[in-house]
Amino acid sequence: MPNPVVQGERLEVVLLRESLPDAILKVKEFREDTFICVRRDRIREVAEFLRDHPDLEYRYFSECTCVDYSKWEHERDLSERFEVIYNLYSMKYFSRIFLKVGADDGLPIPSLIPVFPGAEFPEREVWDLYGVVFEGHPRLRRFLLPDDWVGHPLRKDVPLGGEDIPFDQDTKGPAIEDLQRPHAGESFDGVTGTEDIGGR
Amino acid sequence: MPEQTFMPSTQTVFERIGENTLVVNMGPQHPSTHGVLRLICEMEGETVVNIEPVIGYLHTGMEKEGEYLQYLKVVTMTDRMDYMSANGNNLVYTLAVEKLLNLEVPPRGQVLRVLLCELSRIASHLVWLGTSALDLGAMTPFFWCFREREKILDMFEMFSGVRMMPSWIVPGGLRGDMPAGFDKLLVPFIKEFPDALSEIEGLLVDNPIWKERTIGVGVVTVEECMAFGLSGPIIRGSGLEWDIRKSNPYSGYEQYDFAIPVSKKGDVYARFLVRLAEMRESLKIIQQAFEGLPEGPWNSDDRKVVPPPREELDTSMESLIHHFKLWTEGYRVPPGEAYAAIEGPKGELGCYVVSDGSNRPYRFHMRPSSFMNLQGLKKMCVGRLIADVVAIIGSIDIVLGEIDR
Repeated sequence: MPNPVVQGERLEVVLLRESLPDAILKVKEFREDTFICVRRDRIREVAEFLRDHPDLEYRYFSECTCVDYSKWEHERDLSERFEVIYNLYSMKYFSRIFLKVGADDGLPIPSLIPVFPGAEFPEREVWDLYGVVFEGHPRLRRFLLPDDWVGHPLRKDVPLGGEDIPFDQDTKGPAIEDLQRPHAGESFDGVTGTEDIGGR
Repeated sequence: MPEQTFMPSTQTVFERIGENTLVVNMGPQHPSTHGVLRLICEMEGETVVNIEPVIGYLHTGMEKEGEYLQYLKVVTMTDRMDYMSANGNNLVYTLAVEKLLNLEVPPRGQVLRVLLCELSRIASHLVWLGTSALDLGAMTPFFWCFREREKILDMFEMFSGVRMMPSWIVPGGLRGDMPAGFDKLLVPFIKEFPDALSEIEGLLVDNPIWKERTIGVGVVTVEECMAFGLSGPIIRGSGLEWDIRKSNPYSGYEQYDFAIPVSKKGDVYARFLVRLAEMRESLKIIQQAFEGLPEGPWNSDDRKVVPPPREELDTSMESLIHHFKLWTEGYRVPPGEAYAAIEGPKGELGCYVVSDGSNRPYRFHMRPSSFMNLQGLKKMCVGRLIADVVAIIGSIDIVLGEIDR
């Protein structure tokens, strides 16, 4: 079944514009997917609306993930550093909608657990890997990483490799020495998106 | 405020809910946790009152690593996530990149992809069937399932030279055509597999011990499945007829004639029946794909993405340039973001790729089906006996490589 469309625009967007006009910042269509940028403090309301509206029934919580846009050079949808993308699915039309919320250090997002209990694991993973805080999440603890880990490795300012190796902490070892070498591998700072050629 | 139990050895925090309860640690080396899943169970007598999975023992930072690899080389990373059905993972990543590239694959490539993915699905379900039966004390199905799976792995080996991690499905098509003589393996398999499956089924379907351990255990409703993001055989075992191959067809799945097996009960036995039926449906798809295999190219002819054939390199300067550029620099993908989803053996398998216009993904994320399915564990286990936990884990069909990434 195709996505529900009213006069060239997705039904979800039309209904949201009618009911919660001030919650939507921007709507983006890209390669047949619709991304709705939502104000951070209204995300719960919007998700609840999509879930409970009898014409939409976005009751399947697919996942949420995050992108760190701190090294992005093109046009952005939101101004904050991180974008959390919620992925909802409707069993009525078999259609998918993406909700984007901006976040930054010190700007927490209200957790979606009260609306979709399934948000617990992915939100915890996003906190673990990006450090985006979800207000009201009961277990923002280490998940994929070890319990004593410090930092959030999927941020763009964390290099691939180069972290201290426990048995030689702060003194020597390949990780520390590599950092001082001129060609310490392309994995360090600022390589993604540059013009340089090459695999690993 | 719940009391927090501090697990001294690993600093894991666990919130106790009861007073006179016993906290039992299960895994990560427990054989029935299918890899390195660790469960902290809070027990009242033999009843589970609270359970929390601890994951991450297999975390290797594949999503981070993916940001530093060229698009083509990320494909090899996806195999190692759900290593039971590597072709499905290749396909979902490939579809996301092709969506960004706006690339069409010719019919023969599409059909071969479907063929490989469905073989993968059967292989994955066979491992699930064998191991989950082994967890509940049935030894024979394990050997019989692995005997059948060997035949599928032999086919992958013939295709790609690799048994478990083929990386054969890449953006633009496949790495190569179907090898000559492939029918010598596939045709007997299509002929013999239904009988072999019936044989394995005969050991379990009407087995009173098996039924005792599985019927009424680990029940979830459709509403709970949707709220928690459970998909695949779990949601179909609860009665919702939802299969992405039918609802949002990709790779030409709309051409095939197959059914979506559904069961109503939502327990371990229901999921067992759904997966058994799915294997037969997959076999139907394989047969249709093999019989209707069109002639023609299996790769896109976009030379900016797909390398030229070897013969062209001797005669065409452009081909040589393309070849050189593709294997050194790779291809650049237009800026944007795309999400692709397929029906993997374990449920909805998704891939989200953000490109900044360079030759490597800006962000590469997989939506692992087992990761979300694991959320249902608490719902299914609380109030059941500790012995049922083993049956329930088996029925969720988790792969830790995919959960931890």
